[in-house]
Amino acid sequence: MSKIEKRENIFKKAWGHLSLRIGLIGSIIFALLAIISIFWTPHDITLLNISNRFLGPSSTHWLGTDFFGRDMLSMLMSGALTSFIVALIAVSIGLLIGTPLGLLAASYGGIFEWLVLKGNDFLFAFPAIISAIIITAIFGPSAINAIIAIGIFNIPVFARVSRGGALSIISNDYIAAARLSGRNNFNIAFVHILPNIASLLIVQSSVQLSLGILAEAGLSYVGLGTQPPATSLGLMLKESQSLFLLHPMLAILPGLTIIAIVLFLNLAGDGLRDALDPRLAKQGALDSAG
Amino acid sequence: MFIQQIKKSLAIFAFLTLAITGAFAQSSEVNLGMVLEPPHLDPTAGAAAAIDEIVYANIFEGLTRIDENGAVLSSLASSWDISNDNLNYTFYLRDNVTFHDGTKFDAKDVVFSFERAMADDSVNAQKGIFAVIEEVRAIDAKTLAIQLKRPAGDFLFNIGRGDAIIVSRNNFENNKTHPIGTGPFKFISWNKGSRVVLEAYENYTGEPVSLKKAVFTFISDPNTAIAAMLAGDIDGFPIFPAPEAMDVFANDNRFNVIIGTTEGETILATNNKRAPFDNLLVRQAIAHTIDRKAIIDGAMFGYGTPIGSHFAPHNPYYVDKVNTYPLDLEKAKVLLAEAGYPEGFKATLKLPPPSYARRGGQIIASQLRQVGIELELINIEWAQWLEEVFSKKDYDLSIVSHVEPFDIGIYANPDYYFQFDNEDFRAIMSQLGNTTDDGGRRALSYYAQDFLARHAVNGYLFQLAKTGVYNADLQGMWANAPIEGNDLSQMKWTK
Repeated sequence: MSKIEKRENIFKKAWGHLSLRIGLIGSIIFALLAIISIFWTPHDITLLNISNRFLGPSSTHWLGTDFFGRDMLSMLMSGALTSFIVALIAVSIGLLIGTPLGLLAASYGGIFEWLVLKGNDFLFAFPAIISAIIITAIFGPSAINAIIAIGIFNIPVFARVSRGGALSIISNDYIAAARLSGRNNFNIAFVHILPNIASLLIVQSSVQLSLGILAEAGLSYVGLGTQPPATSLGLMLKESQSLFLLHPMLAILPGLTIIAIVLFLNLAGDGLRDALDPRLAKQGALDSAG
Repeated sequence: MFIQQIKKSLAIFAFLTLAITGAFAQSSEVNLGMVLEPPHLDPTAGAAAAIDEIVYANIFEGLTRIDENGAVLSSLASSWDISNDNLNYTFYLRDNVTFHDGTKFDAKDVVFSFERAMADDSVNAQKGIFAVIEEVRAIDAKTLAIQLKRPAGDFLFNIGRGDAIIVSRNNFENNKTHPIGTGPFKFISWNKGSRVVLEAYENYTGEPVSLKKAVFTFISDPNTAIAAMLAGDIDGFPIFPAPEAMDVFANDNRFNVIIGTTEGETILATNNKRAPFDNLLVRQAIAHTIDRKAIIDGAMFGYGTPIGSHFAPHNPYYVDKVNTYPLDLEKAKVLLAEAGYPEGFKATLKLPPPSYARRGGQIIASQLRQVGIELELINIEWAQWLEEVFSKKDYDLSIVSHVEPFDIGIYANPDYYFQFDNEDFRAIMSQLGNTTDDGGRRALSYYAQDFLARHAVNGYLFQLAKTGVYNADLQGMWANAPIEGNDLSQMKWTK
């Protein structure tokens, strides 16, 4: 069986996986809505039209308007964009810093591995949201500080996952062969191990992405994330909380959006894991990583 | 069987006792919510409104007292005479007044309190009140003479403010933590970060009060405030922190919503010495662009009165200047072009924490964008605002409410943070200070308001409303806030 055929087979198999299909389609729809909001939203959300506030759903405002008279659909699109960007960059920080650390720890071992592991333990010892609050409290609330705070918490996650994955294949013969042929640890880590744990990292990324969106919503909700006039799903929740008894839709809509995005990302992540990691699929191990 | 019956009747008895004491407790105790906790409790040593909101007229009394409509009433002085030249005041003090530590109150305490406030090292936040006083003299224990340097029409009002309350000459050092006054309520305890407890003073000889105990609980989060009111944990919020939720209470007959006025002129504070705001044309263009109704609706959910100058609409000398520069975007663009900014310009808007500022800032930024003025919104905390904006004057625009009564005189100070440096206005103000007859003061006040409106010194937005929410069974609260204070003396439960 050629390599290409094998890959096609994986995609076919993955597509047959129901939760992956639902998850991917749902995530892509929300991601597209968010991306479109960069170029176009149904209404301009920077122009406040106070006399239009608290309108119900209509043909001009599909989901009604908020307390500033802004179109809710446009707000949700822009809000989802901020949430996605924050989560994406935060996951990238974790991926780009955590993965090399984990790989090198596994291939070098010794004091370096010990340091990475202890560093991981140290970061894990703090609840993520508390540490994020500390960071934003010191450096001031903003979307960028939220990204950094969430990103720092992705580093040990990826370091651990990549080290674990690396350890499980480092005793394989082809690693020994590479070592015998004179490759150094660095080369082994990135050329021989990294491609083989890519599937693990992809699965972990999708899970961390949904956690990142939740974390951004949480930070913005307590006032430490995105600041007005920018918007995010968490900020929309925060701003509508004191209006909840009078205008519940202003809180329900962003809340439902957060739930939907996180649900779709998790479904996609679970599906990806089943498809990419045959061992897990066989054993039927489906714990939701987090 | 018998034992069961005893148990049953005991339970009923216990229930009834609880019910009765519960009802009794409600009829004499009130729990009020406040947004900000005061830094300390001495109104003669701090400007924070939260101090007066606890102690004024409750723990401390002045010679006179202000009622909810701003009228001057008798207090420690039961009556007074004024000489024909308006310079000599004679106050006749109330009999049998004691401080909460049991010592007797007499005219020497008044002399001490005023001289302390007038002293060079005084830390009183409103030293201006005492600037007109030439001499304070005790004629005898119950009679006091005050001589003024020049006639002052608002003198009796000013000495009724929280900054001019009378302290005990023997026991004043600890007023910041344990205030000792002559009022109907005495200080019991202060749990920092949580509450201040007052109880009725048993030897109070003034008009009797109905409440036995009052608790001021500090709740700054609007959502917690809503929940605390709905749950009945708090009997009232004199200034409710979430105007957006007022309809929740207005539509519920368990609650009584009382909307009144305050002395808070909410303005778009403008740095008159920084380009391009030093240009009158630019300030006029901004004035033509501001839509006050949108700001009141969007930031205060409809609570507030538009103003066109730095003057409270309920003041008898008020004149409506709202239409000095009516909403007119085309005119604004022409003015900007004339000023040399046909494409508009960029500036910053620094916003302190209150929701009128944070929400109002977004609305104003949206309005000014229509004529090409792009504002960058910068959210700052109060301490930062006082430091950067108020002290260092490092700002372009800001939004803030000025809550002192009749504070138009701040425009005569070129060092005030607006940096409005105008010789003509200073002349108007000094003339106003020397005028005592009603007609003259009215004419000068009209002129001053018109002057500020025409010069568009600041963007004049709206008069802050007092949005009170109370248990429907509570009575006797102030609807308006002519000065800072929550006078408990008239408050009572109807059930």
